[in-house]
Amino acid sequence: MSKSNFSRRGVLKTGAIAGAGLALPTYLRADSHTGFTNAPGASEVVLGFNVPQTGPYADEGADELRAYELAVEHLNGGGDGGMLSTFSSKVLDGTGILGREVKYVTGDTQTKSDAARASARSMIEKDGAIMITGGSSSGVAVAVQALCQEAGVIFMAGLTHSNDTTGKDKRANGFRHFFNSYMSGAALAPVLAAQYGTDRKAYHLTADYNWGYTTEEAVRSSTEALGWETVNAVKTPLTQTDFSSYIAPVLNSGADVLVLNHYGGNMVNSLTNAVQFGLRQAQANGKQFEIVVPLYSELMARGAGENIAGILGSQNWDWKLENEKGARYSGTNAFVKSFGEKYGFPPSQAAHTTYVQTLLYADAVTRAGSFNPCAVVEALEGFEFDGLGSGPTLYRADDHQCFKDVVVVRGKENPENEFDLVEIVEVTPVDQVTYDPEHPQFAGGALGTCNPGA
Amino acid sequence: MLGLEKKDFRLLLVVIGLTLFAPIILNPFPAGSEMAQFNAGYPDLMQRFVIFGIFAIGFNILFGLTGYLSFGHAAFLGVGSYSAVWMFKLLSMNVLPAIILSVIIAGLFSLVIGYISLRRSGIYFSILTLAFAQMSFALAYSVLTPITGGETGLQLALDDPRILGAAQTASGNIPVPALFGLEMRASYELNIGAWSFTFNTGYYLAAVMLVLAFYLAIRIFRSPFGLMLRAIKSNQTRMSYTGLNSRPYTLAAFVISGMYAGLAGGLMASMDPLAGAERMQWTASGEVVLMTILGGAGTLIGPVLGAGMIKYFENIFSKINGQVLHDWFGFLPGGLEDFVVTIIYPFVGKGWHLTLGIVFMLVVIYLPGGLVQGGQKILAALRRTKTDDANPGASKPAE
Amino acid sequence: MDQFILQILNGLDKGSAYALIALGLTLIFGTLGVVNFAHGALFMLGSFCAVTLSKFLSLSHKIVDETRTDFLGNPMEVDVPYVHDWFGVAAGDAIIDWAVPLSLIFAIPIMIGIGYVMERGLIKHFYKRPHADQILVTFGLAIVIQEIVKYYYGANPIPTPAPSAFKGSFDFGVLVGFDANAIIYPYWRLVYFFFSLVIIGAVFAFLRFTTFGMVVRAGMADRETVGLLGIDIDKRFTIMFGIAAAVAGLAGVMYVPINPPNYHMGMDFLVLSFVVVVVGGMGSLPGAVAAGFLLGILESFASTSWAVSNLPGINQVIIYLVAIIILLTRPRGLMGRKGVMEE
Repeated sequence: MSKSNFSRRGVLKTGAIAGAGLALPTYLRADSHTGFTNAPGASEVVLGFNVPQTGPYADEGADELRAYELAVEHLNGGGDGGMLSTFSSKVLDGTGILGREVKYVTGDTQTKSDAARASARSMIEKDGAIMITGGSSSGVAVAVQALCQEAGVIFMAGLTHSNDTTGKDKRANGFRHFFNSYMSGAALAPVLAAQYGTDRKAYHLTADYNWGYTTEEAVRSSTEALGWETVNAVKTPLTQTDFSSYIAPVLNSGADVLVLNHYGGNMVNSLTNAVQFGLRQAQANGKQFEIVVPLYSELMARGAGENIAGILGSQNWDWKLENEKGARYSGTNAFVKSFGEKYGFPPSQAAHTTYVQTLLYADAVTRAGSFNPCAVVEALEGFEFDGLGSGPTLYRADDHQCFKDVVVVRGKENPENEFDLVEIVEVTPVDQVTYDPEHPQFAGGALGTCNPGA
Repeated sequence: MLGLEKKDFRLLLVVIGLTLFAPIILNPFPAGSEMAQFNAGYPDLMQRFVIFGIFAIGFNILFGLTGYLSFGHAAFLGVGSYSAVWMFKLLSMNVLPAIILSVIIAGLFSLVIGYISLRRSGIYFSILTLAFAQMSFALAYSVLTPITGGETGLQLALDDPRILGAAQTASGNIPVPALFGLEMRASYELNIGAWSFTFNTGYYLAAVMLVLAFYLAIRIFRSPFGLMLRAIKSNQTRMSYTGLNSRPYTLAAFVISGMYAGLAGGLMASMDPLAGAERMQWTASGEVVLMTILGGAGTLIGPVLGAGMIKYFENIFSKINGQVLHDWFGFLPGGLEDFVVTIIYPFVGKGWHLTLGIVFMLVVIYLPGGLVQGGQKILAALRRTKTDDANPGASKPAE
Repeated sequence: MDQFILQILNGLDKGSAYALIALGLTLIFGTLGVVNFAHGALFMLGSFCAVTLSKFLSLSHKIVDETRTDFLGNPMEVDVPYVHDWFGVAAGDAIIDWAVPLSLIFAIPIMIGIGYVMERGLIKHFYKRPHADQILVTFGLAIVIQEIVKYYYGANPIPTPAPSAFKGSFDFGVLVGFDANAIIYPYWRLVYFFFSLVIIGAVFAFLRFTTFGMVVRAGMADRETVGLLGIDIDKRFTIMFGIAAAVAGLAGVMYVPINPPNYHMGMDFLVLSFVVVVVGGMGSLPGAVAAGFLLGILESFASTSWAVSNLPGINQVIIYLVAIIILLTRPRGLMGRKGVMEE
């Protein structure tokens, strides 16, 4: 029988306390000999992968989980090593993290902040996880990030795009590799201006919650700076399934571009409805009518099917990046190869960001020489790296946000298969999407100081 | 004793015993063993057990006694959590004022909604409560974001204007909820041999509340007021013919159960200072309905059992992934191992919903009285085998 | 004015989906008295009938095309649908194109069958049980159905387009004298609207003009007396359950091109359909239909930018707000019968 000492207590058991048969009270928070929460034992370290496994984002969660399993395999020396060979930092050698074998536990966020926190707490309290990562929405990311700050473990965010995650709700123990609303706006606006001209009138439909607000604001301000006009912006309920009554008035509103600040099921339905209403064929103000989806996701693009043809949007990463845009994006092909050979299809951007986050964490621990969250924070802050698929990247110390190139994509007119739905239009260089930490869209909030628990 | 009949007193003692020793009872497997996956004795889940137990007990006071099926009870829990978190933000990190305020606010909120909804009965009442709760959820998630935090939930920040107590700890972190300095998250760990038990402050605070809530529920069930509520359930028309206006009684039951929900919400925020809007969605209201029916509507202990069962599935079964299964069945020969894992895999991990759905159906088909009836059947069977003169009257349901 | 007509049109279209779902639900819930939380799942199953048929028609075998490479650099495998082999490329594509309307033919017997099995196997034992037990068992069933669908089809929405003949939209406004682009409406939504009218009409005609329907109506009003007359009312109720499942399923089949279906779509409609039925009044078929259209139209008006900017959040709550107002002013909804599920 294979032995799995998942929990920290399991490890303790094998230590001095084992078999003593005595009641030895210890104070949980004061693992004082180590000085931080859930210090791993000598042989293993437990990571917590908290992804949506039920509900509408379950497929995205499943893809994240595949990437995590791949990352663990590579960290433990299995497989072909994936991006370990292209990563600019060379301290990871396939012997786990600091010589400890990497184990993991999984949980279901249900894409609800409450359930996500319950799942994360169980990983921390029961399984002794030293780092929590994952998630497919900003609500969950912000909620779990705050929890990890409080509990004294590191949070490596998964797919979260709202400005707030590294803006007003940022935390010292939390890190985000994924890009954000501001970057989407900054990357998209020049492309939009080049493709559709600077004299455009935009109509926004915005999901009525935090992420929607930040995305609308980001896209509006960057397009308006280039001469676009915003005709109208209407908020749509999260629970809306049929968007016809929001789409129907668009054509007659004087607008010639529709911006859909929607994600997931909302995006699939609103885009499908917009195409149904013939907006793609329509003419307005003497121009071809256009639709824009600021945040693309491969999985959701699959849900919208042929309706995404010709629609512009932005992505954090795309699996064709290295093939089409050259060696600057090295790591991409290595990752696609090991993921594709294991699972039979190319990875999504959610899989990429979660894989990279796991590697970055392992690397930071190794460079710091300690699992102590404060040491990890120090190692990650201001860390510059390359070879993880997105080109040279900086983990900025001020807000724990990664700065890297942003991919602008367009839905293919005739996709060959369901994994190759978008084409890369342009890669916006990192300088164009970098902003000041005090930028108004990110104001109000403070990192605080790292919390090691203890 | 304590104004209770002997039978009820015994039930109360059982509940006290169960909650007191829950950290031990719920951790039957040695830490680190393969079966440790099934241990539920960690603070977060134990807190959830008792908090949802309180919520379900309160719901049962309304539904089990009067038969009025509210489909919007989660709104009161949500309002309770929001008020508690606001209390943490504005007043102090002491949980006592937060819990008190959440009970009061939830009480007021339920008074308003109850006053309106109770003008109708049956399904019309259910839909009215559902409508109010869904409106609360939709607004809290969107336009009320400045008050509720919207999508991300209402949480503490480093610059909260806390009147009593510091905004930040000395190390620059957000302080944690505490009862006069006793941190809710503080735990003692007890290791006996291979076993490991965690005794958590927050859990015991919630457990004390549960025992009090349970005691109060027994008193209500046995009081003339409770009798009146049951009369309303059995025949409201006859009640009104006797010249009695039943509305004040049902409204009182509604408000009491709303305050229970508020207490649960306040406790939830005290254990984990975040209040999310999903707490008010209809699925959350539906969950407490399911808990109560699953455990046994109208019984005292049933709702607590139902709450425990649903939360156990949600938190334990969802965490069993393929890797865990392979560890469990690693002793089997390769082909057989894969086969067994393939069979079980759809029911655990991301398939935990499926198992829950099947359990719902099995319980309601084979145990019309809920889990309580199952317990009684087992007890009766045990008694029959022990002593031959089975006395069915003696094993009559403790309600 | 054009905006007004546009939103009326919109509301009718939205309302036709609500009315169809509510019609099926009210047959089970308002008349048989079963609180059926699995009704949304039946709607979802109907949608997946269409998905399954279109997948089935596009079943294909793989041919290795040496001239192209896949993402890992290996020779690419190209899918060739069997229908291409059998009927030739053009006819095969036409069949695949018409998958959704074709699946109506299959969906009717399948959904009636599912309804029949559900009633005989499960629901029949719950007529006399408390509503609470009905909720629990049907909710459990709904979860099980959902999870099975999720197991085979995943959680992601599955795009299943309408036949290309019905793609796009036509300019309704020009016909009645407005400017171009003022009132544009997609063909398929109009199809859905007329389809729902046909189904609603058929159900009403069936209940009103056939002996079977007459007996069922009598049974709804007074089950025991009809039973005493020596009529096997149980059997007829089983058939009614099958019809209700078929109505829900057909609503689902035709809904697929409007929004890509996912395993969760039933739950999204569940609460709404209960609200519609109750607002319409328990036990009243015309009430359910009327409430469906009414709520659809009001929802459309509430989502105009004028409404949203003047009353922030009105689009979030309109359905529930209207439900509360109607239930407080009319004790039994629009056309409810006395004594149905009032205790």
